Amino acid sequence: MSFISFLISGISLGSIYALIALGYTMVYGIAKMLNFAHGDVIMVGGFVVFTAMSTMQQPVWLSILMGMVVCTVLGVTIEKIAYKPLRNASPLSVLITAIGVSYLLQNLALLIFGSSSQTFQSVVSLPPIRITETLVITGETIVTIITTVVIMVGLTLFINRTKPGQAMLAVSEDRGAAQLMGVNVNGTISLTFAIGSALAAVAGVLLCSMYPQINAYTGQMPGIKAFIAAVFGGIGSIPGAMIGGVLLGIIENLSRAYISSQLSDAIVFAVLILMLLIKPTGILGRKLNEKV
Amino acid sequence: MNKQMKKLFSVTLAGVLAASCLASCGGDSKETTAAAGTEAAETEAAGETTAAAGETEAAGESTEAAAAEGGTFLIGGIGPVTGGAAVYGNAVKNGAELAIQEINAAGGVNGMTLALDFQDDENNTEKAVNAYNTLKDHNIKVLMGTVTSDPCIAVAERTYEDNMFQLTPSGSSVPCTQYENAFRICFNDPAQGGASAQYISTMGLASKVAVIYDSSTSYSAGIYQNFAQEAASLGIEVVAAEAFTADSNTDFSVQLQKIQEADPDLVFLPIYYEEAALILKQADTMGMDMTFFGCDGLDGVIGQLGADADLAEGVMLLTPFVADASDAKTQAFTKAYQEAYGDTPNQFAADAYDAIYTIKAALEQAGVTDPEIDPSELCELLKPAMTQITVEGLTGTMTWTADGECNKEPKGMIIENGSYTAIE
Repeated sequence: MSFISFLISGISLGSIYALIALGYTMVYGIAKMLNFAHGDVIMVGGFVVFTAMSTMQQPVWLSILMGMVVCTVLGVTIEKIAYKPLRNASPLSVLITAIGVSYLLQNLALLIFGSSSQTFQSVVSLPPIRITETLVITGETIVTIITTVVIMVGLTLFINRTKPGQAMLAVSEDRGAAQLMGVNVNGTISLTFAIGSALAAVAGVLLCSMYPQINAYTGQMPGIKAFIAAVFGGIGSIPGAMIGGVLLGIIENLSRAYISSQLSDAIVFAVLILMLLIKPTGILGRKLNEKV
Repeated sequence: MNKQMKKLFSVTLAGVLAASCLASCGGDSKETTAAAGTEAAETEAAGETTAAAGETEAAGESTEAAAAEGGTFLIGGIGPVTGGAAVYGNAVKNGAELAIQEINAAGGVNGMTLALDFQDDENNTEKAVNAYNTLKDHNIKVLMGTVTSDPCIAVAERTYEDNMFQLTPSGSSVPCTQYENAFRICFNDPAQGGASAQYISTMGLASKVAVIYDSSTSYSAGIYQNFAQEAASLGIEVVAAEAFTADSNTDFSVQLQKIQEADPDLVFLPIYYEEAALILKQADTMGMDMTFFGCDGLDGVIGQLGADADLAEGVMLLTPFVADASDAKTQAFTKAYQEAYGDTPNQFAADAYDAIYTIKAALEQAGVTDPEIDPSELCELLKPAMTQITVEGLTGTMTWTADGECNKEPKGMIIENGSYTAIE
């Protein structure tokens, strides 16, 4: 009984990781770079929605839309300014730049909003489902899982069925050849960042609804965990991000329940190391041999 | 070739991840290393200013024009005016300012006018040390601070080196006053933990208690350890002790579920109000109906809950100050505070108010009349004076021992109708 209840709260935590991991994995899958600032774009999205809702008194849908627009613009701008000049540099340089962008966003948020936690009003009005006295699934969890599945399916369809999506696939397989075939590589990568950042805004809203506080560091730890989830599920694979996220949430909560509440984070990171040692491509990761 | 590249890439990835994890998990440790670098530079700078202070020329801008003929005695203050613990810092700043206005209006201390120079530390160790160095540049004579425990411990190392008299209103961790120059107004953590267990036992609140504590702050872990010890000797059973850390302080569902299964009479929360607000919300979602009991860190939980403030109803706190107590002193203070800042004072405001009056009492006991006295000489005068004085403060009748601890009685309060009410 208690196991099921730990499992449910694990899935609830994991669904947030999965949602964030989708953004990570998409950008990696197509642009072949790790956008470590993704977690902080989430935080920015959360703050935009928070400001729109509480200070500007806007309705929820408009606030979320504003968050998505701001994040999209932010994501594309970051890509243009910080990552594009490094397109041909080593992956490590891009990675370090991404960490720099992450700290820049955090400190900007500190400057604008201060470091106090603000109380975030949940955007979900769905009542929790009570299966029994102690088995409760919150409305936020249901909305997060549905959103994650919808986005996952939507992204998969977009990439496989549309022309820009096919262009993304082409860019991810061979940037040079794609360019020779007339694909606009820079435009495609910008589009990838735009979509990834819009997803970050959605993730930010749901993250802050589930744990109703927001500060400049809100996106940091979930961002890192989601990255692990993406690697765990096979970075670059969209269904992999979903599976990785949910599994990671379950692992984290079960280790908190049965091993130690203080060691749960350490265990999560240990899982990542094990995964990298045993199956570096992750659960659903493909071995890409095309480029040999 | 390509495979090798990939392998290299994945190894680098793991490395970077580990590094970024360290950077984020160990927020504090990272800061300490950074601090080590800046400190060297700062000690140098501080050395220069102490030299300059001898020539008195650099009386500091913040001293303004010395109003009274006796001159202005500058008290330094450090605390989080912004950041996660801002409620505490602002309360301390306001409470201290109120006391200083009152004292100055009544003629000051031995002819001297008091002034406060309050610096923000965002509840960050490194920033607190920087703030202390700034205050020394401004020529403070005594330090009233810092507000929170971890920064306080760091600053205490510095004040001990300088032999600067330090009185913390609310730094409750034991090492805050480990040196002879440091005293405190609040209870220390072991005292809070022990007193909580005794209170629960005396009032017959519970025989089975569950605890959720933050193992990454010395405040919370310190209270928990002593609570557990005292509870054992009083026959209170701790049926569940669940921890969390600064990196996993948003999801408490597992901790709450385990507590629900242990079925305690009461949940003890020796933590700060931000996490407490999340715990109360998650407990409510899970349909838990428990009595929560906390220490002074819970002060501020009503505000943090925002629209869900009713969840705080019935939460009990053990704290030495209650804003609606019936004695004339508290009522006058609460009224003045509300008029000045539009807010009900919490325990931290009262601690700071008492701290300023304690400094006044100690200065009078030591017969200090020179506002330009050397801080180190002053400290030698104030140390013995502190053990001789008795201060009738808002937080009780206080006396001090030479080890810096304050003796007074704790009071219990309960949140009723959206405000903190004394338990009779």
